[in-house]
Amino acid sequence: MIDPITLAVLAGRMEQIADEMDATLFRSAFNPIIAEAHDASHGLYHAATGDTLVQGKSGLPIFVGVMAFAVKAVIDKAARDGDLADGDVYIFNDAHIGGTHLSDMRLVRPYYHQGRLFCYLASVGHWHDVGGAVPGNYNPRATEVFQEAFVLPPVKVMRAGVVQQDVIDIILRNTRLPASAQGDLNGQLGALDLGVRRMDGLLAEYGADTVRAALDALSDRAETLIRAEVASLPDGRWEATDYLDNDGITDVALPITVALTVAGDRLSLDFTGTAPATAGPVNISRGTAIAAVYVAIKHIFPGLPANAGVMRPLEIIVPDRSLLAAEFPAPTGGYTETILRMIDVIFSAMAQAAPDLVVANAYGTINALSLAGYRRDGRRWVMFSFYGGGHGGSTDGDGLNHGNAPISTATIPPVEILESAYPVMFRQWALRPDSGGAGAHRGGMGAVYEIELLEESAEVFLFGERGRHAPKGAAGGGDAALNRFSYSQGDAWATPAMVSKGTGMRLARGDAVRLETPGGGGYGPAAARDPGAVARDVALGLVSAQAADAAYGTAWRGITA
Amino acid sequence: MTSSILIGVDVGGTFTDIFVLDAATGRAEVAKVPTSRPDQSAGFLAGIAQRVADLGTVATVVHGTTAGTNALLERKGARIGVITTAGFRDVLEMRRRDRPRTWGLRGDFTPVVPRDLRLEVAERTLADGTIHTPVDLDAVRAAGHALLAQGCQAVAVLFVNSYANPANEQAAVAALRAIWPTPHVASSSEILPEIREFERFSTTALNAYLQPEVSGYLGRLETALKSGGFGGEFLIVQSNGGVMAVDTACRLPVRTALSGPAAGVIAAAYIAETAGFPDIITGDMGGTSFDVALIAGGQAALAAQTAIDFGMVVRVPMIEITTIGAGGGSIAWVDKGGLLNIGPESAGSDPGPVAYARGNTRPTVTDANIVLGRIDPDRPIGGGRLDVAAARAAIDAHIGGPLKLTTEQAAEAIIRVANSRMAGAIRLVSIERGHDPKHFAFMPFGGGGALHAGAMLAEVGLSRAIVPRYPGVTSAMGCVIADMRADFVQTVNTMTTAADGAALAALIGDHLGQGAAMLAASGGAFAARVVTVELDMAYVGQTHTVSVALPVTITADVVTPPTVADITAAFEAAYLRVYNRLLPGGVSRILNLRTAVIGQRPKFDLATLAPTTSGAVTPRTTRRVHMGGDWCDAAIYDRLALPVGTVIHGPAVLEQPDTTILVEPGLMGTVDAYGNVILTRSAA
Repeated sequence: MIDPITLAVLAGRMEQIADEMDATLFRSAFNPIIAEAHDASHGLYHAATGDTLVQGKSGLPIFVGVMAFAVKAVIDKAARDGDLADGDVYIFNDAHIGGTHLSDMRLVRPYYHQGRLFCYLASVGHWHDVGGAVPGNYNPRATEVFQEAFVLPPVKVMRAGVVQQDVIDIILRNTRLPASAQGDLNGQLGALDLGVRRMDGLLAEYGADTVRAALDALSDRAETLIRAEVASLPDGRWEATDYLDNDGITDVALPITVALTVAGDRLSLDFTGTAPATAGPVNISRGTAIAAVYVAIKHIFPGLPANAGVMRPLEIIVPDRSLLAAEFPAPTGGYTETILRMIDVIFSAMAQAAPDLVVANAYGTINALSLAGYRRDGRRWVMFSFYGGGHGGSTDGDGLNHGNAPISTATIPPVEILESAYPVMFRQWALRPDSGGAGAHRGGMGAVYEIELLEESAEVFLFGERGRHAPKGAAGGGDAALNRFSYSQGDAWATPAMVSKGTGMRLARGDAVRLETPGGGGYGPAAARDPGAVARDVALGLVSAQAADAAYGTAWRGITA
Repeated sequence: MTSSILIGVDVGGTFTDIFVLDAATGRAEVAKVPTSRPDQSAGFLAGIAQRVADLGTVATVVHGTTAGTNALLERKGARIGVITTAGFRDVLEMRRRDRPRTWGLRGDFTPVVPRDLRLEVAERTLADGTIHTPVDLDAVRAAGHALLAQGCQAVAVLFVNSYANPANEQAAVAALRAIWPTPHVASSSEILPEIREFERFSTTALNAYLQPEVSGYLGRLETALKSGGFGGEFLIVQSNGGVMAVDTACRLPVRTALSGPAAGVIAAAYIAETAGFPDIITGDMGGTSFDVALIAGGQAALAAQTAIDFGMVVRVPMIEITTIGAGGGSIAWVDKGGLLNIGPESAGSDPGPVAYARGNTRPTVTDANIVLGRIDPDRPIGGGRLDVAAARAAIDAHIGGPLKLTTEQAAEAIIRVANSRMAGAIRLVSIERGHDPKHFAFMPFGGGGALHAGAMLAEVGLSRAIVPRYPGVTSAMGCVIADMRADFVQTVNTMTTAADGAALAALIGDHLGQGAAMLAASGGAFAARVVTVELDMAYVGQTHTVSVALPVTITADVVTPPTVADITAAFEAAYLRVYNRLLPGGVSRILNLRTAVIGQRPKFDLATLAPTTSGAVTPRTTRRVHMGGDWCDAAIYDRLALPVGTVIHGPAVLEQPDTTILVEPGLMGTVDAYGNVILTRSAA
């Protein structure tokens, strides 16, 4: 039994090691998706099971949880091959065994102490380009992973400390941006090296037995923590269903269903009833689905630590061959939309059990929008970004206007950077009035982005959602506005057949695209909103007078904001 | 008679610190008085009056102020309006699409300018500087009148792409100045001509928000000083660690956002370099936080911007200070999983630790230090007596009981966890800047830092800690040391191969002219003038830039144009230093030009602060202190009386009015020639 003082100190020390690995990669990565948007993560994983032991604080939320599957894939591979050695580093991007999508390159390194395997260290980062049909790998038309990127299963990029240049050569020949890939690879190897050095120091100071005891105790305590949280919920069963608009190939709504059951200190999440795997790229792997559950749970209970102990009292049922457990080679490029909807239904079900704990739905789509074409001098340009929306209301107050998605911490590029790099002019970059759901605490506002083309022609690609099924309110609050996308063709405006998904839409000079994103859902009945707050929203132009009358009645009229 | 008295005044949340230096004799004096609220000027003047009878004898008063920081944090700035490009009124409210925290999804954001005071006018400049739509000046005037009618005291003009061509903004400002009754009219291209609209708009709007408040406060101070007979220069510390004239501060109050802490880091850098340690990490332990800054080669690391609070971004160069919630008042608690945690909740300085007996019942880090005898309960900083029994009871109830530890074990646990968090912050700050912390010395300042200095040596592997002679008034001392500094930025946004050396030289020359004028207008005497030029550069395709020091030749204020080869060489050197490898065949570009014009102020000899005592050293007393896992009899010394060259072996405690230094078993403290105490491991 480890003493509580040493345990508290070691908890911080080990989290620190993961944080330092994050910092090392952020500083050294070449590509801005890692360096600026911090689309990466590092941690320590169990030697036998791959379970997450410790994960850094600064990595992207969705990676907390999904990395255990990447490590397990390496453990299985090494067991088959029987050649695991100190100084090995495995590399792969296969999303069907490692989770998320093919852009995320995973490096896994066994950590040995005095000749014995102690744990694994792992690093994941979003590379700029990994081949496939579309630069940047967001291909809404993909029906197989092979159209999304090259697929790398777990292979050794270092063998007993020796770099395997053959493997690196294969990888670099399969990307449009080899220099960027080499830079990110070096950064991830450097982060793992640092992790090894820090672990050496920690084990020399405390001894392997003490550190192992601390890791076990931390997982046990995480389990105790979540059991205490779950036990404070009422027993019962609650269901919620929401829909993806379509898979981008066939215009059919795709249900995602959860039944949440609380029994004492155990929590079950059953996704039976969810749509089967699809032709288009809104599939996710089972590992991604389980990681999405973790993200939702940690948003509800932010104090939970990032280790596998949290998952022990959870029973997660993901039906085979559903779009939450798609099999190779089903495409997974649009995994973000699917996990956002999973988080939404978990929140909606939990809101019935414990409304105080839950925030109403956020805007629920990343709206990956790209405009691409050729300049007069023949150079190709691709403007690619994700766009923001509103967050849900909660017991704390109104939802946040224009935030990033619950699975992300990435910021949006400034208009001025985009306009200086690409032949476009933003006509509007504004909050979208009436886009937040009504409620005692209303949802935050989504945004309006209108972008005019300044070149002769361009093609537009969009991967979004929530065009037909709005983000939901909680505890009696109203739904947010739908996602809306249109593009001009001279004087007329058109919309894509798949609503928020489309490829190859053509613009001429002076044409524009207009993206209006959803706000967040409202919290609590609109009738309970302070009329003074309604009057203030109207005075600020966030809520129109007509919408205010419809949602809140006319009590606000006559109040001076 | 030429006056030789310099006074530094640092107004903090609890105390106003005064550092008085007679440059002719080297005599220094310090004073500490309670900060007055709401108007800090009363405490400011009272503090000076404690040490200086006649303000007419004072040459210079330098002020580190938290007036701006507090106005931002407490949202107590002025009612202001903004006039912006049609389609862009919400930039300030939309931010860069971030969230207040990674986990939880709660919380919203209220901008300092409400939406109905953000008015749009027709105008548009493109990214290349082309005017797409000329500004509608009738609309600007109408918007100005509307904002005045709404009671706005200041107005900011925020136009998209104005960094590339300020013409529309300048025309709008001219039209507004004709109708606005106060001087508080500014455009974003005046305040920060740098690409990235949210950061520029936010900085400009926050500047306007602070202007009425800060210029009023500084004006009252200046009037009071003058009416007391003061006829010297009155300077204000900026967040970059340099000082500026008071009229510059009134025009650019946003540059004072981190004024107080910056002065402390400047003093630390000077003290440490003088003592022979140009590489240090400072740790300022206050009531609610532990602030870490890194100084390499005598230079404090500068950050390009900071967020004062969620969504309140200020983009001006400032000393990079990393804060974690582990101060003396941070509360220790055991979570539902049975794990001991420190903070982020804090008892602050009011009500403060349990032992202060002002209503807090939950144990803090300071309570643990008191229970372990490390702080003398009969002679605490700030006077009075401490209630040790109450602190013990709180630690038993909240920590010892749940974790089944004795009082001493529980108190030690609190200290160890707090030390571990502070050490973590030090390591992370080093790694983020690409340094190995083992090569650095640690300098604690603030009241509590020196209690934890020995632990930092053990936890981080630092070789030594330097406790300055007056750690409680470091910021006030920094006011007296800081150079005058003017920073300028201009976005140029060009491929390196297409860079126009003559145009760059003209920009640098313009910055130099403005900077030189500011130095001259201050009326100060400077030992030397230094100009530094940096370019923000990157490979095409990268959005993050590296800071590239550009060597330029300036002869009689004429700047020799840099060549493309100069710039490329400087970029590659900087890029290699940061990333260890270049991008073969990569094309580089220049985003921004940054110029700093620095007027070096005469430095005073720190040796004049050294103790003049000599002879044998005897402890004032001994006290039971818990160190290294057990109670021991520690020798208690009066730190300020220790002669130069004294060596004290642990266990010992060195006490002075504003700080307590813990010398743990296995460590020794040596008084150096400047009166600093250097903590190192004892020779085995």
